Amino acid sequence: MAKTIAEINQKIREGKAVVVTAEEVIGLVAAKGEEETAAEVDVVTTGTFGPMCSSGAVINLGHAKPRIKIHSARLNKVPVFCGLAAVDIYIGATECTVNDPLNEVFPGDFRYGGGHVIEDLVAGRTVKLEADAYGTDCYPSRRWDREFTLEEVPDAFLFNPRNAYQNYNCAVNLSDRIIYTYMGVLRPKLGNANYCSAGQLSPLLKDPYFRTIGIGTRIFLGGGIGYVAWNGTQHNPGVPRADNGVPLGGSGTLSVVGDLKGMNPRYLAGASFVGYGATLAVGIGIPIPVLNVDILRSAAVPDEELFAPIVDYSTDYPEVTGKTLGRVSYADLKSGSIEIDGKQVRTGSLSSYPRAVEIAETLKKWIKEGDFAIAKPVNLLPCPARDALEGDE
Amino acid sequence: MVCRKVVLHFPRESVDKPIVSRLVRDFRMEVNILKASIDPDEAGLMVVELTGEAEDFEQGLAYLETTGITIQPLSQDIRRNDERCSSCGACVSICPTEALSVERSTMEVLFQDDLCVACELCVRACPLHAMEIRY
Ligand code: SF4
Ligand code: SF4
Repeated sequence: MAKTIAEINQKIREGKAVVVTAEEVIGLVAAKGEEETAAEVDVVTTGTFGPMCSSGAVINLGHAKPRIKIHSARLNKVPVFCGLAAVDIYIGATECTVNDPLNEVFPGDFRYGGGHVIEDLVAGRTVKLEADAYGTDCYPSRRWDREFTLEEVPDAFLFNPRNAYQNYNCAVNLSDRIIYTYMGVLRPKLGNANYCSAGQLSPLLKDPYFRTIGIGTRIFLGGGIGYVAWNGTQHNPGVPRADNGVPLGGSGTLSVVGDLKGMNPRYLAGASFVGYGATLAVGIGIPIPVLNVDILRSAAVPDEELFAPIVDYSTDYPEVTGKTLGRVSYADLKSGSIEIDGKQVRTGSLSSYPRAVEIAETLKKWIKEGDFAIAKPVNLLPCPARDALEGDE
Repeated sequence: MVCRKVVLHFPRESVDKPIVSRLVRDFRMEVNILKASIDPDEAGLMVVELTGEAEDFEQGLAYLETTGITIQPLSQDIRRNDERCSSCGACVSICPTEALSVERSTMEVLFQDDLCVACELCVRACPLHAMEIRY
């Protein structure tokens, strides 16, 4: 009953495609079995919304009169990278404002940073540019102060080098002092446990071997449309996997790109972590075309069968010892408390499950309405485990 | 008579001092403990309603300060900006009361105003700055 992407797209165009979310497909498989569900369902939609540090935007500011070749610049006092061309800049999500006290009075608040500038732009708010230059014969200006909105610049696109981590740690603190991390505030002696994944809705957990998600895959990005550009930095699909094929720790990642002008601040929001820094919360949704029963089976793995490693962020994480304190399922993490060393520990999440549902539902609606076709990847992403499986067949 | 709700932040050294009994005995105050979370390994936190004669009240607070306790008035109101809140849940294990909790069937984060003691811990812990102090 294998299907092709072309066949699925034909059904999408005719408004006949059967599209369900990665949460809904779990119930379908339980009720009808894998074969029947794989025959019936055309696309499974996934979603995730959480802080994703390696994010940023490329902006072309348009040319000043007289021209300027920008050497250094700030947007709302946040320094941007100018080493590209005269008026092309890159703003990184974790960059802090020039006068931010950082962690001088520990823990710092990091109330505003690059992620917040990106949100301000997407929300249509005015952003203030201060640019300096050394002046050349062809670009004589030395200073440019300008207020602008996203509408007013020629080009702006989000280009995130590493997003959508396939699985992630559950962070705890074994020390006897409170610690402030990118995994949130961790109270001493296993005072709480924070995780950061949508679990059964998370895009890369539902296509663990990267069978359908590859370069060129069209995705929901920040409320607009984006594409997978490449594997993300630190893409590491070689980590140990469970019997169901799902990596047991942080593994694959994606680099994504999309037009900032079509995005929505509900799905692209500046975020701050006390004592750590500023970042950007990014919403991503990826459609998985059900080409065969293997793809369906992976897309239907429930929270009970997805596991995160528990890692101590007071020593093991910073010291890179590689040690973990065991594994916990996303079902247990979502129950509100887990047991570690005989102690009940309250859990908290950094990734929003309700918003992940919203993203998967939005993507489902776009596909059902025929607005969003499935893109066939130009190339698959590196994944030795997939290559080994396919070699067996 | 003066009656006020305050948050007492205890440094580690003061956690075992018998401050409540001294407030009652030496300053004739009525102490109603609304919430206490004292972890011997970190600073403790206690939300109390103090009632007493104006003069005793002032002296009682002055006494508390000599013990190294920081007193934070509980006059502000904490509100959640529902538009901004993503229901991530980063605040839930930080909140000392059940004011922030998760509806497990949908994973929506609920904010129950009446259970909030305005300790402000969530204000800094919320990555999206959805918890706001209203003065
Ligand atoms: S941490 Fe902030 S955004 Fe997350 S649930 Fe709490 S209030 Fe909402
Ligand atoms: S201020 Fe925040 S953390 Fe403190 S009780 Fe209220 S909701 Fe909970």
